[in-house]
Amino acid sequence: MSDDNKTIEMEVLRYRPEQDREPFFQTYEVPFEDDWSVLQGLQYIKDDLDSSLSFRWSCRMAICGSCGMMIDGVPKLGCRTFLRNYHSGKLRVEALEHFPIERDLVIVVDDFMEKLARIKPYLIPKQVRKLEQGEYLQTPGQLEQYRQFSTCINCMLCYAACPQYGLNSGFTGPGILALMHRYNADSRDGGRDQRMELGHSDEGVWGCAAVAYCSEVCPKEVDPANAINQNKMGSAIDYFLRFVRPRGATG
Amino acid sequence: MKRSNEPVFWSLFGAGGMLSALIGAALVFVTGIGVPLALLLSPDLMQYQNMLAFTQHWLGKLVIFAVIALFLWHATLRILLLLHDFGFRTGIGTKFIGNGLALLCTLAAAYLLLALGS
Ligand code: SF4
Ligand code: FES
Repeated sequence: MSDDNKTIEMEVLRYRPEQDREPFFQTYEVPFEDDWSVLQGLQYIKDDLDSSLSFRWSCRMAICGSCGMMIDGVPKLGCRTFLRNYHSGKLRVEALEHFPIERDLVIVVDDFMEKLARIKPYLIPKQVRKLEQGEYLQTPGQLEQYRQFSTCINCMLCYAACPQYGLNSGFTGPGILALMHRYNADSRDGGRDQRMELGHSDEGVWGCAAVAYCSEVCPKEVDPANAINQNKMGSAIDYFLRFVRPRGATG
Repeated sequence: MKRSNEPVFWSLFGAGGMLSALIGAALVFVTGIGVPLALLLSPDLMQYQNMLAFTQHWLGKLVIFAVIALFLWHATLRILLLLHDFGFRTGIGTKFIGNGLALLCTLAAAYLLLALGS
């Protein structure tokens, strides 16, 4: 049942670099309906109350990964979080933690994009097939090995959740390491050695302190903590085996 | 990109964690509650002669060594991680002290166990 006169106070972090010396909170009184997401609340503000507010969004259905924000201190997708759950209190909306703010709720994603490229997030075929040889086949069992890790939408909520990334942004971070695992675990892929040069380092899986908050906040059940843990095991085995492996062999 | 040396410490940490999860609680009960209070266990169980015999058997030495050394390595990394999580800078120095202590105690345990003879 919707109650037509419901309103909620949205406290939004503002920062416009050309005029604000530092970020501050601005409160808006937003009328809403039961099926309104936080993103819709922000859109209401922009359309009807204050057109200067900036935030990112696109799909409105938890697919594009662009509407990540801190909602009452927890990293969440604005389009998948409902205002009714915060009624009848206040609701605080901030830019994703651990990233520089570009403007209002918009963060600078350069660090993430640069790291994403580093793990070569694409198939590096084990054996290159010619067109006439047909497609790269895979059994359902082989697909299961990585399917969960392939559903990441790059929303960066896990980065806002990760205390290690917050303390040291040199750490590659949960989402991208999960994606690295997604390709490493793909039966068609042969690029593990190329990716694991980074994976084996302190900036790779060993930068993780197994806090696992990343997996809790992930809206797609990717479970990056699990991906990292599996790779710690793999990396540790590799660490010790390289002393007994003949030169030039890979594993 | 430099390969991390963390696997060494992480493996010891993992082994210690596994061991403490398996027998830690039981050990606390036996050595701290059961035997001293004669609760479910005979107070004679840990008498000097018994314990000496235990340490003089190679299997006993191995068990004691594993418990002391692995628990220590586990605790060291756990403490370092905690310090790090609480925002203390755990650079080379802290790691050196922590792991150095664990190494020292590991060597001491090995030496003392061997010195007890068989
Ligand atoms: S792993 Fe989950 S939280 Fe992290 S970027 Fe991917 S979808 Fe978002
Ligand atoms: S708008 Fe696309 S994920 Fe929220």
